[in-house]
Amino acid sequence: MAIDRTLYREVPATGALWGAGLLLAAFLVAGLASFLYVEHHGHVVTGMTNQVVWGMPHVFAIFLIVAASGALNVASMASVFDKVAYKPLSRLSGILAISLLAGGLLVLVLDLGRPDRLLVQLTHFNFSSIFTWNILLYSGFIAVVAVYLWVQMDRTVHPKWTKPAGVLAFVWRLALTTGTGSIFGWLVARPGYDAAIMAPLFIAMSFALGLAVYVLVLQALCALSGRALGPERVSGMIRLLGLFVAAVLYFTAVQHLTNLYAMEHKGFERFILMDGGVYTTLFWGVQVLLGGLVPLAMIYAGKASRPVMPTLVSALVILGGLAQIYVIVIGGQVYPMELFPGYSVSSDFFDGAIAAYTPSLPEILLGLGGVAFALVATGVGAKVLRVLPSNLSDSNPVTKG
Amino acid sequence: MSCGAKKDVSRRDFLRSGAALATMQLAPGVTLMAFGGSEAQAAADAGKRWGLLIDASKCAPDCNACITACQDENGWKGSGNAETDVQWIRKVTLKDKSSGRETSLPVMCQHCESPPCVDVCPTGASFKRKDGIVLVDKHICIGCRYCMMACPFKARSFVHEHVTNQKTHAPRGIGTVESCTLCVHRVDEGRIPACVEACEATGHGAMVFGDLLDPESEISRRLAEYPSVALRPDLDLNPGVRYREI
Repeated sequence: MAIDRTLYREVPATGALWGAGLLLAAFLVAGLASFLYVEHHGHVVTGMTNQVVWGMPHVFAIFLIVAASGALNVASMASVFDKVAYKPLSRLSGILAISLLAGGLLVLVLDLGRPDRLLVQLTHFNFSSIFTWNILLYSGFIAVVAVYLWVQMDRTVHPKWTKPAGVLAFVWRLALTTGTGSIFGWLVARPGYDAAIMAPLFIAMSFALGLAVYVLVLQALCALSGRALGPERVSGMIRLLGLFVAAVLYFTAVQHLTNLYAMEHKGFERFILMDGGVYTTLFWGVQVLLGGLVPLAMIYAGKASRPVMPTLVSALVILGGLAQIYVIVIGGQVYPMELFPGYSVSSDFFDGAIAAYTPSLPEILLGLGGVAFALVATGVGAKVLRVLPSNLSDSNPVTKG
Repeated sequence: MSCGAKKDVSRRDFLRSGAALATMQLAPGVTLMAFGGSEAQAAADAGKRWGLLIDASKCAPDCNACITACQDENGWKGSGNAETDVQWIRKVTLKDKSSGRETSLPVMCQHCESPPCVDVCPTGASFKRKDGIVLVDKHICIGCRYCMMACPFKARSFVHEHVTNQKTHAPRGIGTVESCTLCVHRVDEGRIPACVEACEATGHGAMVFGDLLDPESEISRRLAEYPSVALRPDLDLNPGVRYREI
């Protein structure tokens, strides 16, 4: 059996690994300092206002949460879709998924107006709120993936349980991303949201972002710990990433074309697609071009064999994903709600006006702190658990399985 | 308030109300216990639905009496930063795109029968009293701001800064969300909201407060007599605040 040749071992404590850990620790400290600064002064020191109530921390948090469910795809490919080549990569996928979700939730909680009331949230549930359902979906995801990991790693558990655990985790992650997309999809008040397509759009985004993050983390871990990583194994994932990037572009196109057909949404669409300044630039320039069309061209123009290509493609997809979430979260808020159709409105409270928002340093550092937390947790996981095979070179027979 | 409403109070609600009362007595003026869900519910009368009727034709463009009265009554005057200052009630100027006709009117929490803020609140801090007044329970608001994302009327504000000189009947707290309470503390004493009182004092009389369920109330009679509209009628939220002559 070729699979038996895969030996999972804890990553060695190389100097490079410690160096990366220290760098991430610096971001963790900066994130913690930002949290304390905002907690002390209030959100007045952030770029957020009573017009833009969710800012950069939400962009990072949603990115991490969406990527978390997508990072589990690699394990799903092995367990649910029986792609044997992905099996050695499966355990790391679970660790990364849990870590990314924890990082995202950390940012969300620390950006609350009253983070000290976390216990209140955990003891008061309003089941008509998709937030409440997401709390259950998120904590359930961590539990389900933990069981999935245990089933894979405990030699006393019969391998026949891997597939049921994998299917459960796969279905759960679809529900989780549906819940995350529905945070926006179910907001009837705002023209930029209120669309059922938000759920499948977020699922497509999670497939793309999660896989892109996985590729970068796998490459970094292997490089830092001195382990071989076969280019063919990585380029296989990158070809799959191309499919996911195309799916994101497809759902994005349907989202905007549907809105354009409705007269009531034309103002918002004109803002995002034509007149929105930074939001229009981010949409076309970063989300669609750099994060979508350029990676697709690189993947399908036969450049897949170039060594740096997978890293570059993954980085571009992540950049495009961040831009997309920024346009959805911030762009959807800065555009004014229409309380009085047929009238132009004005007030001291910015009615009828495009709201201004500039992310502040504490917000960005808090978000990066969440990213650092997710990466540190993944690294610690790979250091103390046997999740990463010692040999991932293309010569390992598993790749041909 | 009716005895019937009080009979509905469960033993748990009663104990929680007692604890809230005790806290107020121990530390008056600094507690955030007011507007606790059960306490506020206990004071509400399920047989009433409080509402406002605003006549835009009587609302003078340069008059801010309702806003000033609300600020004085509830102690939410801003610190001069318009973007982050809270705004329980604001004056909005409308200009008809085709005719150019201008109208001015106040907008505040519309106290919806089906409030989106209540639906989305993860902890249940946003709640609607039995008499239709929508409030924030300051005990359990975690400051997630999802209600602000969901409110179609931009009626809610997040407290971005430390607050001082709070009113004991309208406690506020940094990091929580707040909005028009329809002066619930006055309503429970049989008085009318401060904004309505101030509007009457100016002689404009653009605001009428009353029980929408009582066909003999002035607000019900006026609503029956003249055409009126709800904001965002497409959302079918049945707000307690109605407008005429927009």
